[in-house]
Amino acid sequence: MKEGEAHVLSLDADHELEMPDPSGIPPLEAAEAASPRRMILNMGPQHPSTHGVLRVLVELDGETIVNARPEIGFLHTGIEKQCEDRKYQQVVPLTDRVDYLSNLANNFCYALAIEKLLDLEIPPLAQWMRVMLVELSRIASHLVWLGTHALDIGAMSVYFYCFREREEILKVFETFSGQRMMTSYIRPGGLALEPPRGWHKMVKVLADRLTRSTEEYADLLTTNPIWMNRTKGIGGLPVDLMIELGITGPMLRAAGIPTDVRKSCPHSSYEKFDFDVPTRTSNDVFGRYEIRLEEMRQSVRIVKQALEGMPGGPWQADAPHVVLPDREKMKTQMEALIYHFKIVTEGYRVPAGSTFAVVESPRGELGYYVVSDGTARPHRVYMRTPSFGNLQALGALLEGALIADSIAIMGSIDFVLGDVDR
Amino acid sequence: MLPESVAQDADALAIDEQLPNAIVEARVPHGEVELVIAPEHLAAACKLLKGRGYQQLSGVTGVDWWPRDPRFEVVYFLRSFRNNRRLRLIVRAAEDQEIDSVTSVWRGANWYEREVFDLFGVTFRNHPNLERIMMPADWEGFPLRKDYPVHGHKYSYGRE
Repeated sequence: MKEGEAHVLSLDADHELEMPDPSGIPPLEAAEAASPRRMILNMGPQHPSTHGVLRVLVELDGETIVNARPEIGFLHTGIEKQCEDRKYQQVVPLTDRVDYLSNLANNFCYALAIEKLLDLEIPPLAQWMRVMLVELSRIASHLVWLGTHALDIGAMSVYFYCFREREEILKVFETFSGQRMMTSYIRPGGLALEPPRGWHKMVKVLADRLTRSTEEYADLLTTNPIWMNRTKGIGGLPVDLMIELGITGPMLRAAGIPTDVRKSCPHSSYEKFDFDVPTRTSNDVFGRYEIRLEEMRQSVRIVKQALEGMPGGPWQADAPHVVLPDREKMKTQMEALIYHFKIVTEGYRVPAGSTFAVVESPRGELGYYVVSDGTARPHRVYMRTPSFGNLQALGALLEGALIADSIAIMGSIDFVLGDVDR
Repeated sequence: MLPESVAQDADALAIDEQLPNAIVEARVPHGEVELVIAPEHLAAACKLLKGRGYQQLSGVTGVDWWPRDPRFEVVYFLRSFRNNRRLRLIVRAAEDQEIDSVTSVWRGANWYEREVFDLFGVTFRNHPNLERIMMPADWEGFPLRKDYPVHGHKYSYGRE
């Protein structure tokens, strides 16, 4: 900074920061007419409300945002590059770390893609178990969202309630896989381990508890006047523009479009479950809150149906060249030992080709595009992550909003930076 | 001439009718339609498809087939909520070849194309802001290329 010049962040600064690209939306004309009231505010990359490392440059006119530019990449870990260096089964733990709040959805999507390439048939028990666990992880993810979103806006106690229940869900995951968060439980060919003894009772207790507690959160917030004042009527965008910018999931459903991969292209026995896709037409932060709350109720419904109708049978596909053999068989049977050795040392080859598997993650459409060249390592794994598309619209969502509302709007997108930057 | 595998596909037929010779190759792996489009027809084909209900571009990515020539495949994932359909468009590009940006068709293509530029070094003509998005602005090289090492780029953390 030169002498006599105002600091960039001071109100007197007459300097202009070039912002040619608020995610593809041309800047408003008002922003072009320079005014002494304008100032640039830098939020992040270390800002509590960004829930990760996101930097947002906002240009303010008084308290109104005239221009906002999100900058990403601070959490880029090159997961897609690392996938190319590993064998197919070694990629599974990497997928956990993409969206670290709904790991199972990522495991699930990757497994579906590989199973499509291998043309594997998955037994009903594994399919139902996957659905049940993915729905539980949807609830866990929405609980983190609800807790932190409410905390951002100022309702502190909701956070404690949400994390209390989330911990119970994580305990279930731990019982199943041995890990609270990085479960790697859903693998190509079925599940990683046999469902543990007593899981049925444990999940049943949890489902009953979640039915009650969801209403508790609703009691705390839905008719709370402060909550309504802070969230109603902000953060809207024309629906066409939302679609064009790449928004999927709850945000689109809050704008009245009933899009849900679970319904539109059912996979893994989803067609056998009875659930609704909630929609709202308010297209604001409150609408997104209502949608996610309703989704939690629907997920509990699916979990309860899974508990009632859980089929029996094997929990892994009959594919000895892909699925690791049972430990006991491995020690007593020659053939199983050979398969075990081959899978661990060389991995399994996947026929050349490409596929794009899509699931409905808590944040929207999650897709894995896997290209195989016929070897035991993927040639390319592309993750179409919902947060990336949703965050792209942040610039457009913030334009014209008040700076205080920007926190609520950002929270309503429910992005996970690991999911954005990969 | 339209390849036989997509001869019944309404979208492929529409492209073929309006832009003859645009479809170079077509595949239907695992029931998912994949059309390889000639680079010069990409923008026009995208515009046409958007009119046919593909309102969303749900992703763009690259695949590096080095040392094959042309080395890159740029893949576009199209999504239609109205018709509940997905379509993949593929454009083949050589290392120094520029591809038309589709940001004028879908504004959401902006970040996706920036990502492909950043990680593969494929340049897009008429893109409003073609800058690095994941890597730092002064980064050298394109990490997702096959001739870019997974470990040991520039810095070595192992024993010398």
